[in-house]
Amino acid sequence: MATHESHKKRSGLMDWLTTVDHKKIGILYLLAGGFFFLIGGLEAVLMRIQLMEPDSKIFTGELYNQLLTMHGTTMIFLAAMPIIFGFMNAIVPLQLGARDVAFPYVNAVGFWLFFFGGVLLNLSWFLGGAPEAGWTAYAPLSTVAEDTGVDFYVLGLQIAGAGTLAGGINFLVTIINMRAPGMTFMRMPLFTWASFVTSGLILFAFPALTVGFFLLMFERVFDANFFNPDMGGNILIWEHIFWIFGHPEVYILILPAFGIISEVISTFSNKRLFGYSAMVFATVLIGFLGFMVWVHHMFTVGLGPVANSIFAVATMAIAIPTGVKIFNWIFTMWGGQIRFSTAMLFAVGFVPTFVMGGVTGVMLSVPAADYQYHDSYFVVAHFHYVIVGGLILGLFSGLYYWYPRMFNRVLNETLGKWNFWLFFIGFHLTFFPQHWLGLMGMPRRVYTYMSGQELDGANFVSTIGAILMGAGTIVLLINIIISASSKYATTKDPWDGRTLEWSMPVPTPEYNFAQTPLVRGLDALYVEKTAGNGEMTPAEPVGEIHMPNGSILPFILSLGMFIAGFGFIYSNWYVAGAGLGLVLITMFLRSIIDDHGYHIHKEEVEADIKGGRA
Amino acid sequence: MKKWLQKGRFLSLFAMLALLLMGCGDPTLSTLIPQGEVADKQFQLMLISISIMILVLVVVFVLYAFVLLKFRKRKGDESTPKQVEGNHMLELLWTVIPILLLIILAVPTVMRTFEFSADAKPASKNELSIKVTGHQYWWEFEYPKEELITSQELVLPADTKVHVELSSADVIHSFWIPSLAGKTDTNPGDKNKNYMWFDTGSKTDVVYKGKCAELCGASHALMDFKVRVVSKEDYKNWVAGYKAADEKSSANADGQQVFEKNCLSCHAVGQNGGNTGPSLTGFGDKDRVAGILEHDKENLKKWIKDPQEVKPGNNMPKVNLSDEEIDAVSDYLLGLKLK
Amino acid sequence: MNAGERLTDANFPAHPEKATLEGKNKFLGFWLFLGGETVLFATLFGTYLGLRNMHLDGPSGEELFSLPLVFLATMLLLTSSLTSVYAVLSLKQNKVRSLQGWFLVTLLLGLGFLGLEIYEFIHYVHEGHTFTSSAFGSAFYTLVGFHGAHVLFGILWITTLLARNWNRGITLSNAPKYYLFALYWHFVDVVWVFIFTVVYLMGKVG
Repeated sequence: MATHESHKKRSGLMDWLTTVDHKKIGILYLLAGGFFFLIGGLEAVLMRIQLMEPDSKIFTGELYNQLLTMHGTTMIFLAAMPIIFGFMNAIVPLQLGARDVAFPYVNAVGFWLFFFGGVLLNLSWFLGGAPEAGWTAYAPLSTVAEDTGVDFYVLGLQIAGAGTLAGGINFLVTIINMRAPGMTFMRMPLFTWASFVTSGLILFAFPALTVGFFLLMFERVFDANFFNPDMGGNILIWEHIFWIFGHPEVYILILPAFGIISEVISTFSNKRLFGYSAMVFATVLIGFLGFMVWVHHMFTVGLGPVANSIFAVATMAIAIPTGVKIFNWIFTMWGGQIRFSTAMLFAVGFVPTFVMGGVTGVMLSVPAADYQYHDSYFVVAHFHYVIVGGLILGLFSGLYYWYPRMFNRVLNETLGKWNFWLFFIGFHLTFFPQHWLGLMGMPRRVYTYMSGQELDGANFVSTIGAILMGAGTIVLLINIIISASSKYATTKDPWDGRTLEWSMPVPTPEYNFAQTPLVRGLDALYVEKTAGNGEMTPAEPVGEIHMPNGSILPFILSLGMFIAGFGFIYSNWYVAGAGLGLVLITMFLRSIIDDHGYHIHKEEVEADIKGGRA
Repeated sequence: MKKWLQKGRFLSLFAMLALLLMGCGDPTLSTLIPQGEVADKQFQLMLISISIMILVLVVVFVLYAFVLLKFRKRKGDESTPKQVEGNHMLELLWTVIPILLLIILAVPTVMRTFEFSADAKPASKNELSIKVTGHQYWWEFEYPKEELITSQELVLPADTKVHVELSSADVIHSFWIPSLAGKTDTNPGDKNKNYMWFDTGSKTDVVYKGKCAELCGASHALMDFKVRVVSKEDYKNWVAGYKAADEKSSANADGQQVFEKNCLSCHAVGQNGGNTGPSLTGFGDKDRVAGILEHDKENLKKWIKDPQEVKPGNNMPKVNLSDEEIDAVSDYLLGLKLK
Repeated sequence: MNAGERLTDANFPAHPEKATLEGKNKFLGFWLFLGGETVLFATLFGTYLGLRNMHLDGPSGEELFSLPLVFLATMLLLTSSLTSVYAVLSLKQNKVRSLQGWFLVTLLLGLGFLGLEIYEFIHYVHEGHTFTSSAFGSAFYTLVGFHGAHVLFGILWITTLLARNWNRGITLSNAPKYYLFALYWHFVDVVWVFIFTVVYLMGKVG
């Protein structure tokens, strides 16, 4: 009865534009996120060059503010989150034993929205200047700016944010509904758990930002008065909305890194994760508490001692589950056999660095002392310790770890070690002195400082560190280029892995699992390696596999949003209408074209199995 | 006995830390060299929290170093490590100990947080009250009781508790004198006025550096101000001199004419003049031109000639003056001294 | 079985909207989406509550709002929620004509609601209460307008859905779509109940 109508095999560029395969979308996220990471990194190095010496005049005033705004915005929304989504896409379905995500089409929509949003935002550099009000875009600084920079910020991020929200829902449903037989919640790998909680945070945090962006957009484009005190508005509304989103966002970023580190440490210590259930519970608790601490970004705003004290104590409480994680990682290594591969080196570097970022976090939670730290370089040092020292080291670790699964090649380990040491040493050189700079009275977001304030030395060291980090990143690029030009295919399980993503051949078949695997315990593959024959036991006979069709509509829909974004930025209602019209037309087409996907015949699957391709 | 020992160790750690941190930075700018009561208590809080945190760091780092060294994979060792599920006792341990440490930290945290948020009214005659208004990119200081308004330079008597009311004329700024007290935001809008207090410390004839600590536009980095703490006697004289000053307090008639024609509508001297720009009363005694440049004629001319060059994005217009006029008005301004 | 095939009474599942994995995924995904929408409206409500007395020289809510009109709009929307329940009941009994009938009534009631809202907004603008007249104006039109946009989107959705499936009967592929629309419509209705309470009743009481 099955029909095979309308399955077109596309190739080349068209394949990438129309793909709904989570593995390919994962690669797209990784490439686009990596590209934006380089841009954001370049912006950081330019800022550090300006601050290398006192009274420097290279990037001053508005231009510097544009750099700092775009650095923060790019790194958080366009680099860190997409790279996380890249790994989630590439790995989570495999770890679950699923053939795809729940909504492959929506997945593609999510990617293209992010992509076009990011491009829109970055085009501001060439179209009258980038946004200059900081990534936090506090009103009224963001509402009074007369150029179009902040308009690009609002619309670019609104579009990208819609894609993120779609992605979050997609992963929640995937993880709840599409687990293989036997894959209970308490057998899910920690990275999948972290993705689950992160997706939940996205679901409940991003809509607040969506509203915030709408308010800001209405204020700028349609002369609304939410934040205009002269017209009865209140500037604090923006700060609250932004941080109600903004703090969970921090955990959206760091939890997946926790997940990656848990996988890597367990694999390369050859031990199961110590205190698995405590780790899961800690992840959930951190996610939950993440919604109740936003005011610690606003201690100096003047909300009064009661609010400040309550949020201070709530913030301190987060240190407890986080500490549980740290000790569980250390005790996972305890008694293990640690192999220092590059992925493991990054994980090993992560733990102490993150602890340092964590303890300054606790220090910042003390409001009375935060009056001194707030908006100084101490804060800059703190959040770079958790975001770069935490998240980015985690992502690098994940990249070296999963690269063979995603790209069918191993990255060079020698270059990998250069990458690690340059980046790691550069990182500490850059950010450790910044704690001192802050305590010695240097506010953040300043484009210069006068000499004679004892701030020169630390700033100089910091810049040298930033250059080293840049060098480390270049080594990574070289490593990737070398690996891309080699045709070497790896074995399916280069690290002696423990979880399901290492159980299928290389390259991963487009349907992932020829037969859905039966999961018999935590670390599903390790269970089979020790108690079985090293292969997953199938949970079903070989049969026809249903696959979704690719579609160009996600691309066109996102293009429509991109066009509409331009219309709103320049208050050109024809363009805005045309863009939104294109969006509605694609939605309409999507709903009237029946697309039931296609089937891969049983015979083809059997042939793949026989040929070692599945 | 053992308890005493531990306490002693903790104290010595504390003292060592204080020594290490003290003396870091510029004594008129660093939070690590506190000069007033509030900054001092904030520094104490920093020391408490840093001590607890260093304790945590040491425990983690030592344990970590041990694990990394001890449990490396040895060549030829093909055995499988024991797959341990976890340990409830340990989990309990590293949950409860942090909770206790945080409680130790939370108590002074809450105490001080309430202490620093006192009301804005001076409680006794010995206390002072000022209103701070942030502007892009300069600071206005009003002394309501003394009925005078200054800009960029806050002159205060030593050993005095100062109550501050903060607001902004445009975007959000943040008022920060690291040596004396932590920062508080200045928000636009009557609803979001803020209040804080600090103590001026015992040193006299010292100029502390003040900073804007909230991104407020292109010249955010240049929005510095000065806090000059003088003896109570000198303060009284300063107030009297300030109130007596007028536009004739500089003896440069040509310059005065140029000033009255071109500048007075925005800048006040004494009781006369507008208030869109900073008051220039006693300008000759000040520390900096435009808050940032060395206080000399060359810089003053440079500033008047092209304000955007010095402070990008500021609101001072480029006034159409000849070189002679700029020269005259500069001399006039530098001659504006308090008696 | 092909998901696009018309279901008969013989092979009709108990929950046609959740009979396939796609259906189950959509069902769960949509509930989660509504969770996100709840945060969205909560943020809008928060903003409105913070600014609702900031009408400056313009008319206040108390002066503006006419409860009979809003009550009529509320009744239209509540009734439309009821009719969509009947449509879903028809869905579960595989009665496609009845389903179409009830959804058509829902659609008409929704249009009626939207018409009243547009009339109301035009009236307010004439009274001097505009989007830019004060913070209250901005917050009011944003909150109520977001809801109105949701109603409009629902109308477009059900129109497309009915038109596309007019001659198709109930299938495993369209059953979840009908069901989700009904869910969406209930959500929009619940949000309105809050708007009615927070904006209009509280606005009238002062």
